[in-house]
Amino acid sequence: MKTLITALVVATTFAVSASAQDMAYVVNDDDYTIEKSLTGVPGDAGAGQAAFVGRKKGNCLACHAVEQLKDSQLFHGEVGPDLSDVGNSYSAEELRLRIVDYKVINDDVIMPAFFRSTGLSNVGKKFKDKTILSAQEVEDIIAYLLTLKS
Amino acid sequence: MKLFLVGLAALGLSLGAAQAQDIDWTKVTLEGFEVPLAYENEDGDLIRSGFTFRTPGTQAMQEDDFANPAFWRVDEGEIAWSTPEGSEGKSCADCHGDAAESMATVGTEYPKVDAESGELLALEHRINKCRTENMGAEAYKWESQGMLTMTVYVRHQSRGKPVNVAVDGPAAPFFEEGKALYNKRVGQLDMACKHCHEDYYGNYIRADFLSQGQSNGFPTYRQKWGKVGSIHRRIRGCMGNIRGAKYPYGSHENTVLELYIAHRGKGLPVETPAVRN
Ligand code: HEC
Ligand code: HEC
Repeated sequence: MKTLITALVVATTFAVSASAQDMAYVVNDDDYTIEKSLTGVPGDAGAGQAAFVGRKKGNCLACHAVEQLKDSQLFHGEVGPDLSDVGNSYSAEELRLRIVDYKVINDDVIMPAFFRSTGLSNVGKKFKDKTILSAQEVEDIIAYLLTLKS
Repeated sequence: MKLFLVGLAALGLSLGAAQAQDIDWTKVTLEGFEVPLAYENEDGDLIRSGFTFRTPGTQAMQEDDFANPAFWRVDEGEIAWSTPEGSEGKSCADCHGDAAESMATVGTEYPKVDAESGELLALEHRINKCRTENMGAEAYKWESQGMLTMTVYVRHQSRGKPVNVAVDGPAAPFFEEGKALYNKRVGQLDMACKHCHEDYYGNYIRADFLSQGQSNGFPTYRQKWGKVGSIHRRIRGCMGNIRGAKYPYGSHENTVLELYIAHRGKGLPVETPAVRN
């Protein structure tokens, strides 16, 4: 796993096989982005919100608070930064890398890599060789995050 | 910011957390305890029992033995202690006498290396060794009623005394294994124990208020379980939450992890049976 990450950081651009379905994406480590959409299908912000809060999906709310969702009766965590203004701070390309695999940026981060199924150990049977989110769910969440501006 | 939390349970939690931050737990000692619920180690880190992270309501259930929903096991265990079982017709008391004396510090010392076999034994392993080798009785299943009652009873004899596991000499390789596992990313979520219990304790992860994941209260009564459970059950629960393959009850992995966790909380008082949410 370490070698994969070092390889990613050393090379300028790099193609990685991201999941069992052989989804390839390219990390640009000059500016920490993934330029190209994972699916080519525009993200749906509504579906993205559902995947963002869903405990069996991103469960992003477990760690990140979002002001815009404060009336939702859901618990918001405080492990990661507040994302209420994330649409102003990051581009789609920057968000894509952070959701796909934050460990490229910070190898000690607690935040899971949501679109990587390789380099993991002791994965439970049900989850083996699967990414946490599908490619389209990643795109949907990006679309949702871009709406968050306070 | 706890403003987002809604509902009664959530309110209780956030109030508990706010209060917990205001209390100097290094000055708080429960009735009959020799050592306080927290202390500062050589590195200047505050080592805190899980008790100090819980709501006043949960704490109150533990503080009063009559309110503690697991306390009946102490009485039940006392009976089991002197009840003969197995082909040898012996009870624990026949070999060990009064548990208040013979077991006075045992609960602070496990997991411990067995001098004979060189294996690392959890208290459960040791009890089953006595049952099969000395009593001619059947081994208890790890998480069975009989085992939970006996481990609660035995460890309760050390309540209030500081955890004092050995991690040097023959225990050293087991300690290193446990430490490596504790810091190893596992599961689909690719997290290590240390991410939640060292990096982010004192923070909410969704509705859960993260503690340091200490083991001084085990076997612990957990409201979510509605009964007591072993430390191996708790570790398996956390493994499941990070979508990892759970190590089996009584496995080497769980036992070396148990040793490492005990050492992290060395000096905290045994609280068995503790109450957590
Ligand atoms: C287990 C905790 C956890 C979960 C779950 C989690 N994150 Fe994070 N996230 C973090 C932490 C911690 C950071 C800060 C990392 C750093 O600074 O290196 C972070 C950082 C971020 C950032 C950058 C924010 C900033 O201000 O720099 C974004 C965007 C983000 N997360 C989005 C998400 C999304 C979307 C999800 C779900 C699909 C998610 N996170 C799930 C813990 C988590
Ligand atoms: C995603 C976060 C997370 C990870 C990773 C995690 N835990 Fe936990 N753990 C929790 C939560 C939440 C609780 C319940 C609240 C508390 O006591 O922190 C808990 C509780 C515990 C407790 C009980 C503490 C007490 O006072 O009764 C122990 C022991 C524990 N964890 C050990 C572990 C071990 C060992 C690992 C790694 C195999 C681990 N945890 C990984 C979230 C986590």
